[in-house]
Amino acid sequence: MKEFWGRNQAWLTPFLLLLLPAGLFLLVIVSSTVQSIWLSFFDWDGTGPKSWVGWGNYVELFDDPQFWVSLKNNVIWLVLFLLAPVFGLALALFLNQRLPEMRFVKSVFFIPLVLAHVIIGVVFTWFYDPTFGILALAFKALGLQPLAILSDEHLVTFGIIVAALWSQIAFCLVLFLAGLSQIDHELIAAAKMDGASGWRLFRHIVLPQLHSVTFVAAIITVIMSLRNFDMIAVMTQGGPYGSSTVLAYQMYDTTIFSFRAGYGAAIATILFLIMSVYIAWFLWYTLRNEAREQH
Amino acid sequence: MYPTPITDRAPSARWTYRAALYVALLIWILPLIAVMMTAVRSQGDLLSGNYWGWPNEFSLASNYREVFASSPMGMFFVNSLIITGVTVILVLILATLAGVALGKYRFRGRTWLFAMFIAGNFVPYQILMIPVRDLVVHLGLYDSVWALVLFHTAFQTGFATLFLRNFIAALPEELFEAARIEGLSEFQILRTIVIPLVRPALAGVAVLVFTFVWNDYFWALVLVQSDAAKPLTLGLAGLKGEWLTAWNLISAGALFAALPPVALFFFMQKHFVAGLTAGAVRG
Repeated sequence: MKEFWGRNQAWLTPFLLLLLPAGLFLLVIVSSTVQSIWLSFFDWDGTGPKSWVGWGNYVELFDDPQFWVSLKNNVIWLVLFLLAPVFGLALALFLNQRLPEMRFVKSVFFIPLVLAHVIIGVVFTWFYDPTFGILALAFKALGLQPLAILSDEHLVTFGIIVAALWSQIAFCLVLFLAGLSQIDHELIAAAKMDGASGWRLFRHIVLPQLHSVTFVAAIITVIMSLRNFDMIAVMTQGGPYGSSTVLAYQMYDTTIFSFRAGYGAAIATILFLIMSVYIAWFLWYTLRNEAREQH
Repeated sequence: MYPTPITDRAPSARWTYRAALYVALLIWILPLIAVMMTAVRSQGDLLSGNYWGWPNEFSLASNYREVFASSPMGMFFVNSLIITGVTVILVLILATLAGVALGKYRFRGRTWLFAMFIAGNFVPYQILMIPVRDLVVHLGLYDSVWALVLFHTAFQTGFATLFLRNFIAALPEELFEAARIEGLSEFQILRTIVIPLVRPALAGVAVLVFTFVWNDYFWALVLVQSDAAKPLTLGLAGLKGEWLTAWNLISAGALFAALPPVALFFFMQKHFVAGLTAGAVRG
């Protein structure tokens, strides 16, 4: 026994170490993903017997107007969420100063990052309230009729995105501040000596050094924009008339309230496929860096 | 330093900067200020439409008394504490094991496993929803805090492993070789060398996992139904429907639910930031 261990320790050790964590991850995360894709080919109410429908759910999906509303909203979320890295970088440049109180000021700017989306959703719902909200107050002060943002089907998605951007900007801010703290000062000094300043200094000397941070901030922001569920659930439940749903919310609504688990699984699969592009991109980037470091 | 330090400029520029800084700060946390102000208001203020002016009376204490007397907020808090606390401990243990295996041993399939942990970390929750719910029902854990502990532990292990692996891989190889020459077994190495050295990384993982799990709403919605198992986020969302326009109570509840992660963040900001930026910034 002891001899066996001595001889095989080299490969047995990592195997034993990984047994529990990788096993749990495979069981709960990986196998669930595969099962959902499999389920998307069935007609199923979630509890009763399943019947195979092949591509049926997907065919139905392409004729479902609600699906196109969700998809359109997902695109709006994705595009507007890319403002988060832009604002995050601008804010980081603004805050990257040394003053005695700066540590505290930065901490306060980070707070939205640690607040639950549910809480942010509740707070903004109230902000937007057309009778009591601060927005209504501002409109009245300007002599305008208050807008009921969350019950207007053209504005509702934008209203929720603004709330979600608040914490996403804080996330990008943290990344960019860390990036700025690692910038090569000698390079900047040299560029200044050569007469570079303002926009050109930023564009050609600073920004290239932030390349890695910018990539990570942008790709995680895209993934987050597609994952958003909590705020929609709390602020509008997809309403009014389903105008603020995204794929993530429509999937939940379909599965839980319309008892159509197979159809829901098909929506989830589409969302998963869209996100896979970005996940694969991120994976490729990370593993490439990894390989580079080992050489 | 970039941009040019404001301390190198004229005093007037410095004061302009400070003024702009505080205005920006105020606008940025306006939502928080509003919630705090509302949490101290009385119902009377709200009824008379005094939402944004100076409160007529300060009733923070009586608001909280009412929150805890008229809702199971205390129970939600204990549930959140159990779910989050147990998950953090389990994740730290599992991710340390996996992090060592992936960071310090060479074996076939290593990169694949690592890729699995990274990719799994970013999948949409909805692709996991139906099978995870079924799994939890089969295990008899549906509608209990343990359902949430099970899922969060599995999911967060992916993130934590990714982070700890990078940290452990950066530990000097000589340390391990020396220990092996000394005759230490692989598990002794783990206990006496790896764990003490990764302590700062463990702190970072702990704070982040705590925040993620504490703030979860989706999984609570899917895996839990009764008050006895609901965490604060789900409880609060339910109370919003019950209290309707009692915004003073909702605000007080929201502040209460937000306090633990915010307090933790202020105490452990360094670890939190280091954890969050570990993948993005390479030294």
